[in-house]
Amino acid sequence: MDFGPYLLLASLEGAVGAAVLALTALGLSLVFGVMRIVNVAHGEFYMLGAVIAWWVTSMVGGHPALGFVAAMVVSPLIVGIAAAAAERLVLRRLDYDPEATIVATIGLLYVIQQLALSTYGADARPVAAPIDFRVQFPWFGYSGYKLCVIGASAVMMLAVWLVLTHTRVGLMMRATQHDPETARAFAIPVDRVYAGVFAIGAMLAALGAVLIVPIQQAHYLMGHDPLLLSFIVVIIGGLGSLRGTVLAAVIIGMSDGIISVFFSPTLAKILATLLVAFVLVWRPAGLFGARPA
Amino acid sequence: MSRAVGLHIAVLAGLALAQFTLPEYHHGNLARIMVLAAFASAYNITFGYAGMLSLGHAMFFGAGLYAAGLAAEFGGIAAPGGLVLGVIAGALMAAVVGVLALRTTGVSFMIVTLMFAQAAFLTVLYFGEWTRGDEGFVIASDMRRVLGLDLADPATRYWAAFAVFGAVMLGSLAVARSSFGRVLAAIRENEERTRMLGYDVFRAKLMALAVSGAMAGAAGAAYALLFGYVGATFASIQYSILPLLWVLTGGAATVLGPFLGTLLMFYLIDVSSSFTTAHMMIVGFALIGLILFFPKGILGTLRERVVPWLP
Repeated sequence: MDFGPYLLLASLEGAVGAAVLALTALGLSLVFGVMRIVNVAHGEFYMLGAVIAWWVTSMVGGHPALGFVAAMVVSPLIVGIAAAAAERLVLRRLDYDPEATIVATIGLLYVIQQLALSTYGADARPVAAPIDFRVQFPWFGYSGYKLCVIGASAVMMLAVWLVLTHTRVGLMMRATQHDPETARAFAIPVDRVYAGVFAIGAMLAALGAVLIVPIQQAHYLMGHDPLLLSFIVVIIGGLGSLRGTVLAAVIIGMSDGIISVFFSPTLAKILATLLVAFVLVWRPAGLFGARPA
Repeated sequence: MSRAVGLHIAVLAGLALAQFTLPEYHHGNLARIMVLAAFASAYNITFGYAGMLSLGHAMFFGAGLYAAGLAAEFGGIAAPGGLVLGVIAGALMAAVVGVLALRTTGVSFMIVTLMFAQAAFLTVLYFGEWTRGDEGFVIASDMRRVLGLDLADPATRYWAAFAVFGAVMLGSLAVARSSFGRVLAAIRENEERTRMLGYDVFRAKLMALAVSGAMAGAAGAAYALLFGYVGATFASIQYSILPLLWVLTGGAATVLGPFLGTLLMFYLIDVSSSFTTAHMMIVGFALIGLILFFPKGILGTLRERVVPWLP
């Protein structure tokens, strides 16, 4: 295959990765933006979403699309409830102290991982794609499902943006982000906003995972890479800036896909993590962040 | 001699006596625990005394581990030289990372150290030709000799672990009781005020990181030389989280807390493994429970209620 088509293939792979990464990182960014806490267990909510998706699709018979649609609904719902419970039982009692929250969510990470290992097992299991067609380019055929993932992710991000900017709930979230004290004075139930935001953040990760699971198999350790990549994206995009997060996800996801095709993936990851460390050292507000974090 | 110094010497004397009284199985465990406790004590300098939440200490432990391991494998440098190299590697790595990472504080500091440690871990994997990555390598037994004594022999190994742990613990005690230790505590309590009082905050934190890195490097080198195995797992994020868990359990900013925490968590997992394989669950619930109900750890709570003179 010539360089041109090869680059196109690499870009398509990168775009699929970027689409899922953007959804996952958006969840992390939302939680950081509104609640000012770092959720280290975010990758485990992603993994939980994938594992539940496998579980739902294997219970629902018939056409693969039926099970997939059921998973799209059930998996984020269960993950959201679990996240809200964790928020109520643990994070609230810590008063959202940033460092105590990091320790607690590391604990949560281990608990969720062990739950998945003990119930689901150590095997990687595939989920059938809901649709099965190939888009034929002049040089190669490409999975139609992967193209749909890009579209679905874009639609969901648009929905998040609409909710944040055009609804009452979104207004409450933005008010809480801006100044929780004043928001409380205006009768905004800040506690419930926090629980809701934490749940929505986890649900976005779960949605990303349901989309990816027909491409990558569900595995109990799969949350590790998305967590690190989401950290990277959220930092580069500017801590707390949603627009920056999406933009950074596209850049990081695309370049990760393209570099991994042409170079060693390990070297690509070393360069990416070092780059992020240096960005945070010299531009603590991130590349697109307006205000210091 | 104050009662604080007396207490720590008594603990060391107890550990020395344990060498002759413990059954074989626990004797081997305690040697391992002492080396890991030296690592936890190193973490305690930055996390406990200076209040810096690092998630990158695995890279300092790993620096010591690989300095000693690679020197023995390719340089033919035996145990004592390996330990010195480990200390230097840990301190140097901590100083370089510190110069960069200390431009940030709080959550950013945690993420930067995490990223550097991840890059270091990936570098170990990338040079798999020499490090043999996840699989690791075994250090040849003729490299594991000190003064003609074989470190693989349980009694020698115990004394070597005791020496490393004793040195690190007494070092921590010296830091805790020095004016340098008080400056670190002041930074932890209120960084801005400490700066206003005229202390060079950046320099004190960098010193704390370098001391912590040297101790972690010593622990890493000792682990490699005493147990004869070097692998990438010891540089992974898990080994940045474990010292945090041990220090939180025993009590941050207490000299004996890291040892107590390491001892308890080691035996908690050891005992529980007879009826469950769910180790991660225990570690996870321990972290959540500690931060919710005992944020000061065992000795921290004791100091608050019973023994206010505990360093």
